[in-house]
Amino acid sequence: MDSQYIDHAMVLAGILFCLGLVGVMVRRNLLFMMISIEVMLNAAGLAFIAAGSAWGQPEGQIMFLAVITLGAAEVAVGLGLTLLLFRHHNSVNVDQLNQLRG
Amino acid sequence: MIWAYLYNIVFYASCGVTVLATILMISRHNAVHALLYLIISSLSLAIIFYLLGAAFAAALEVIVYAGAVMILFVFVVMMLNQGQRSVVHEAAWLPASGWILPSVLAAILLSLLLIGMYSDQPLPPYGVHGVAVKEVGIALFGPYVLVVELASFLLLSGLIGAFHIARKMPSHMSSNTLEEVDHG
Repeated sequence: MDSQYIDHAMVLAGILFCLGLVGVMVRRNLLFMMISIEVMLNAAGLAFIAAGSAWGQPEGQIMFLAVITLGAAEVAVGLGLTLLLFRHHNSVNVDQLNQLRG
Repeated sequence: MIWAYLYNIVFYASCGVTVLATILMISRHNAVHALLYLIISSLSLAIIFYLLGAAFAAALEVIVYAGAVMILFVFVVMMLNQGQRSVVHEAAWLPASGWILPSVLAAILLSLLLIGMYSDQPLPPYGVHGVAVKEVGIALFGPYVLVVELASFLLLSGLIGAFHIARKMPSHMSSNTLEEVDHG
């Protein structure tokens, strides 16, 4: 009974990570790609929480705190870059970024 | 054994809602619809965190993801749609088909919450070792104080970086001036 929920939470984390990866690879809109990256970070956090619960240790939640901090900082900088891209190209399509010349 | 049964229902219903909302989220064409599904996904993931015995992480998930990060995304969606296009978009943004399915998923989550609230005792983390907030706090400010410092550095650098990247350039420093500098 103990490990059943932990196992299924790990499976759910894997499914969520794959869904986020599919989102990053399929979508070409920078905003959707960042949302998918958030889903992948959520999946990593779920894996940490499940592992922490399996061992009954607080380290899982501490790592989740680190992951969530990383996600917040990444979203702030990434959305700033999205705004910059939109101002320069009037679009958030990443396929238009093939003209960077350094 | 009724508690184990109830726990099963809530746990697997939350898992299903999370996966369904995420699938719907990455397949939307409209950013606002995708954000609605992302909120649902975060909330149901918070329920799963709570059921895994991590109440602190569940509260953080709701506050940070469904709250703060979502506000950032909504602000950027608003800023990306200025101009004439926005009028056409606004009209087409929230048809009934756009918000009914997120509402259904949110209603499922609400019913799960009500199951937990109105059962005879609050739904306990069943069969897993819960980690209390007190232990997390003691560990955070004991052996893991470096993580707290790193998180604060990361957030500060994120703040400064976002401010520097996303600010509007003054007119005398616009892009053509930079090109002149390049050619000169």
